[in-house]
Amino acid sequence: MRPILSPDESIMSGPSYPGFDTLALHAGAAPDPATGARATPVYFTSSFAFKSSDDAAALFNMERSGHVYSRISNPTNAVLEERIAALEGGVAGIATASGMAAMHLGLATIAGAGSHIVSSRALYGGSHNLLAYTLKRFGIETTFVDGRDIDAWRAAIRPNTKALFGETLGNPGLDVLDVPTVAALAHEQQLPLMLDSTFTTPYLLRPFEHGADLVFHSATKFLCGHGTAIGGLLVDGGTFDWQAAHDATGRFDELCTPYDGFHGMVFAEESTVAPFALRARREGLRDFGAAMSPHNAFAILQGIETLGLRMDRHVANTRRVIDFLLRHPAVDAVAYPELDTHPDYALAKTLLPKGCGAVFTFNLKGDRAAGRRFVDALSVFSHLANVGDARSLVIHPASTTHFRVPTKQLAASGITEGTMRLSVGLEDAGDLIDDLARALKAAMKGVS
Amino acid sequence: MILGDTYCYTGGKAFDASLPTVVFIHGAQNDHSVWALQTRYIAHHGFGVLAVDLPGHGRSKGPALTTVEAMATWLLGVLDAAGVVHAVLAGHSMGSLVALEAAYQAPARVTALALIGTTYPMKVADALLATARDDEPRAIDMVNLWSHSTIAHKPSAPAPGFYVMNGARRLMQRMSAINPDQLFFTDFSACNNYANGAAAAASVTCPTLFLFGTKDAMTPARSTKTLTEAIPHGQVVMADAGHDLMAEGPDAVLDALLALIKAN
Repeated sequence: MRPILSPDESIMSGPSYPGFDTLALHAGAAPDPATGARATPVYFTSSFAFKSSDDAAALFNMERSGHVYSRISNPTNAVLEERIAALEGGVAGIATASGMAAMHLGLATIAGAGSHIVSSRALYGGSHNLLAYTLKRFGIETTFVDGRDIDAWRAAIRPNTKALFGETLGNPGLDVLDVPTVAALAHEQQLPLMLDSTFTTPYLLRPFEHGADLVFHSATKFLCGHGTAIGGLLVDGGTFDWQAAHDATGRFDELCTPYDGFHGMVFAEESTVAPFALRARREGLRDFGAAMSPHNAFAILQGIETLGLRMDRHVANTRRVIDFLLRHPAVDAVAYPELDTHPDYALAKTLLPKGCGAVFTFNLKGDRAAGRRFVDALSVFSHLANVGDARSLVIHPASTTHFRVPTKQLAASGITEGTMRLSVGLEDAGDLIDDLARALKAAMKGVS
Repeated sequence: MILGDTYCYTGGKAFDASLPTVVFIHGAQNDHSVWALQTRYIAHHGFGVLAVDLPGHGRSKGPALTTVEAMATWLLGVLDAAGVVHAVLAGHSMGSLVALEAAYQAPARVTALALIGTTYPMKVADALLATARDDEPRAIDMVNLWSHSTIAHKPSAPAPGFYVMNGARRLMQRMSAINPDQLFFTDFSACNNYANGAAAAASVTCPTLFLFGTKDAMTPARSTKTLTEAIPHGQVVMADAGHDLMAEGPDAVLDALLALIKAN
């Protein structure tokens, strides 16, 4: 009888780390020691009883590891945090109330009044708002650059710059960030590279393997995957040598000098590789307080267990839908980095061989009214403001997020009156294509 | 604390040489931070703590020392520089050999020994030694995988939310980045070539703790008879952990150390 697996597949040479799907199911989680529960229990409790007054003092002073209060840590959240760290190849995760909270926590841990960030301008609108307006109000300035222009990145760096910032797949045109090149510049300048990896997830791209130092996710999207829980995850890669950067440039006092707010702790002495994560939790979660509910952590853990399976299906469906749209006479253009018409086609082949995700835009021929007819005619795609759901989603920027924006200004943002953003879900691809075909036909009524 | 070219982590408190001192010695390709969940507690409970970075590791300047004997002599020099006459020595893996050898070289100065994840002879497999010489990143991964017994540490180290396996990997990678001169091969060679362990163990009269991980694949307890038989008064404590005992069983290690140092 032929063996089911060939020898090469069945016999591994030497020890190896667990694979992605195994980590997605097991990292950070063991049967509950109290009950034997195999699924991760929801520890729905605000606080945890101390064994003694000495135990309490030791936990507060980081002399022992354990839980005190669910704003700072919680056993359910810890499983999620350790799992995302495992999947990303990082040293620690921190669960936050939302993706925006993760971004804020990441930046606020190393930046304060007088600090400066350099960011790609290909950003989610909420991230742009935080950098351009809100953090500016607190004295943190951001210079926005063309993410594809490495000279612009370099020219924007100042002595008070604390991080380079971008998205792995940028809004709205799915700009692929050249992570290795931007990371090399960051490290040459003794700066960390912080990335929003929401659209790619660790299944499609593991930014730490390409030089990034800090990663965050809106876990609401593909990680949760079912459009239920709001949450964010911040991951410390453990790759950036904060002490060396401090010695060379004087930056990052936050991690390398005594912190009065936590017993004079020098985080970089406590942990050689993870001072960032230590301070983010011990200061940022404690003081800003944007912690994740353990209920949401449970929902996101459930999603992550099937992340690999789902992302494969998301990408496969997206490719089928794009193939259909490209052939349709009512479609002007499709922006997806796997198409040779996309400016980052070559880079995507290198960085994103498993696929470029399931969110993309296409331009419908016609005006805003045609766009509205298209959206209203869809029945499988849901019209709403989210991405990364198991269900397929659509939004028409010109009649929603950008409805007050004049047509000329829309063009400056890379958006036309007929631009549609799709988030392709897990339904049968044929049903999605039928739904789109009907809606495109409706949109074209009255269009000459 | 900086003593010349040497860095010592002091547990988050200023070092006070008038207190009973506990010295921590890390293993190959590591630094002081592996002791995070033991040192900080002990320093805040009435003891002076010196968790050294061996030369060429972490914040101590190099070059790395090539023999266990030289590391022990260097360690005794650090005690001199810190004004410490007597100390409890706690060592992990390669660091346990350094502690043992220091007790041999200066028995009057060592009040107690804690040998954690230890064995003797500490022979390194030829294949691993060759890999450390020729492909250090691969050797790091091999040792990292063999040093951990699980991918779910509760409540994790140094705090909840930290993924121990990747933290240990990054630390070894950082040691390579700081000291690119085949540090792992140098450390492994020192372990492999150390030949004075039996004589050193036979000379030990101070209270001694052997702390083994029940799931230790690097230095399994069954491999340590040479040491445990040579120090028959030594107390053996087993912890539910792999070779990275300080992270996989932080409370068990701390509690065993506390019992030792409070008694001595």
